[in-house]
Amino acid sequence: MRFYEHEAKQVLAKHGVPLPKRSVARTPEEAEAAAAEIGGPVVLKSQVLSGGRMKAGGVKFADSPAEAKDAAAAILEIEISGQRPMGVLVEERRAIAQEYYAAVTWDARAKKPVIIFSDMGGIDIEEVAEQHPEHLSRTNFSNLRPFSDYIAKVAVSKTGVTGNHLGPLTRIVTALARVFIQYDLTLAEINPLARLEDGTFIALDSHMDMEEEARNSQRALLRELAIPDEDTRLARPPTEFEIAGAQVDAADTRGVAGRVVEFDGNMGLVIGAGGGSLTLFDAVRAAGGKPANYCEIGGNPSVAKAAALTKLVLSKPGVEKIAVMMNVVSNTRADIMARGIIKGCIEAGRDPGETIAIFRIPGSWEDEGFKILRKYGVDFVDRSVSMHEAAARAVAKMGA
Amino acid sequence: MSILIDQNSTFIIQGITGREAVTMTRELLNYGSKVVGGVTPGRKGRDVHGVPVEDTVRAFTERMEVTGAIVAVPPAFAADAVMEAIEGGIKLIVIVTERIPRKQVAEFIEYADQEGARIIGPNCLGLISPGKSKMGGIGGAADATQRAFKPGSIGVMSRSGGMTVEISNALSEAGLGISTAASIGGDAIIGSNYAELMPLFEADPETKGIAIYSEPGGPSEAMLAEYMTASKSRLPVVAFMAGRFMDAMPGMRFGHAGTIVEGRADTTAEKIARMEAAGISVAERIEDIPAILKQRIG
Repeated sequence: MRFYEHEAKQVLAKHGVPLPKRSVARTPEEAEAAAAEIGGPVVLKSQVLSGGRMKAGGVKFADSPAEAKDAAAAILEIEISGQRPMGVLVEERRAIAQEYYAAVTWDARAKKPVIIFSDMGGIDIEEVAEQHPEHLSRTNFSNLRPFSDYIAKVAVSKTGVTGNHLGPLTRIVTALARVFIQYDLTLAEINPLARLEDGTFIALDSHMDMEEEARNSQRALLRELAIPDEDTRLARPPTEFEIAGAQVDAADTRGVAGRVVEFDGNMGLVIGAGGGSLTLFDAVRAAGGKPANYCEIGGNPSVAKAAALTKLVLSKPGVEKIAVMMNVVSNTRADIMARGIIKGCIEAGRDPGETIAIFRIPGSWEDEGFKILRKYGVDFVDRSVSMHEAAARAVAKMGA
Repeated sequence: MSILIDQNSTFIIQGITGREAVTMTRELLNYGSKVVGGVTPGRKGRDVHGVPVEDTVRAFTERMEVTGAIVAVPPAFAADAVMEAIEGGIKLIVIVTERIPRKQVAEFIEYADQEGARIIGPNCLGLISPGKSKMGGIGGAADATQRAFKPGSIGVMSRSGGMTVEISNALSEAGLGISTAASIGGDAIIGSNYAELMPLFEADPETKGIAIYSEPGGPSEAMLAEYMTASKSRLPVVAFMAGRFMDAMPGMRFGHAGTIVEGRADTTAEKIARMEAAGISVAERIEDIPAILKQRIG
């Protein structure tokens, strides 16, 4: 899950990283008051979860509170990657002598955290890595030994930084590494990290992502940042349909039936599980089908859970038929799935034989499943029909 | 032959008294796997389908040879269980549990590296050497497992448990069969990725080719491509790439925890290009994998 810039900065402030004077405004009037309070020139930044704010017009400068009010009014109207800003961060504007880049993230190759540091900040770091590799350092550190400040010093020093710049940068990178470890982050980034003309160092922008799996253990932090449980913080906010899908999944701990993502098509999907869902979603699209949703069903969900997910998918306007497909299953029971999905159709007031374009769940308890499906006139196939063939057969049944 | 496990391998199951683990124990015993014990704190003296339960891992490792441990405890206690298995001297650990935070996964992987232990998973269905043994829930009930996994010559590695079974089934139906299939797990950081298991398949004379299931996110496919280029492997590799629709949806997580497009290297297009450049064939559909392998094995 992703944090807004102002939340990331709140975390940095807690750990002693120097920051500009700042305030979050939700209205142009609040921005005006914030600018007056800060005094002097300010920068106003749209608070959205996606990048590309500068390009989209989500960052503006103002020299007076009146200008800040106008700038905030403009920023609050601009959608960035489909997101309305939750507010505007108003910050004091400082004169910059040099920009640096600092990040801590996971290195899946080394299976350890890595500090990425550069004395060429403020620009696309992948570009620095390609064109100026000598200006970028990568430093892995152990998961088992406690973090020690020298690791941050090495990371900074590798880019040639020395003298009286080394100490303050080491302290900031150390704080960033400790924040990364303490809060189960997957990315803790300061870019740019600026040296001001007065010689002090300051974090101008920050980006943090937290491990989804850590939401429970990090509840104290989330409460401190006032982030509610239902706030998924993906690249875009969840739709009502997706929130309802999460509720279906959470209603019963047994198995998975949810994780829905909404799309524009007419073909409802009840597919599973992790890799199977990706394969089947591709297969439907490759056959020319238009999925109404992505979802995952697997583990060993109850009849009620399978029924609830089916009803939810059928509730989406424009869904004509559903395709029920899985890979050869190990621990999901085909008969329980058949029962749940037929129940869901009936409760939604649909004829299962008409509504289910295809049923392909080969594996455990399939013979019992086939019996039920036959009784309701549902078109089903066994493992002799591949996932791609089943998807194509379902797509062929959709109205032209 | 096979890799990692065979008919002589002995296992303990940590978290054996949990509902899913009880079912898995029965399925493993029916398949012929040698499950010699189970660990659940406070349940010493009980048994699960005749398998004795102890409070600690060492209660077993101090008095018998144990090849491997299957960790099937809830996510909050999983990392601790893995640490106990490593400390107890176990050298092969299959972690079935999903939703273990990345930091904890990285911790026990580093500890396992120090102690010379191999980790498969987390968030996986485990290993199977068909006709010999299986370790984990892979394939489900014994008869279903026998149907989907026939002994043969192909090594299978997959980031998806379900797709391990689907691909293995296709290879079995096509008469190629499986030497060993490994569900390696869907998390961003896993104990053993494709490139790390390749040398084992390389050393197994019965393995004639490799099939992998891959998806967006993470460096596993790039690392496999680098391995193939550097090692001049004798084994033809066929990959199936799922999640092609995700290339246009950066920042959205689908399926497994490790499946997210954060940069260009995470996309299926980039991964396919890298693998093809390294001589790996990329199949468009699962049912195309056996024919490509047959052709490349010759």
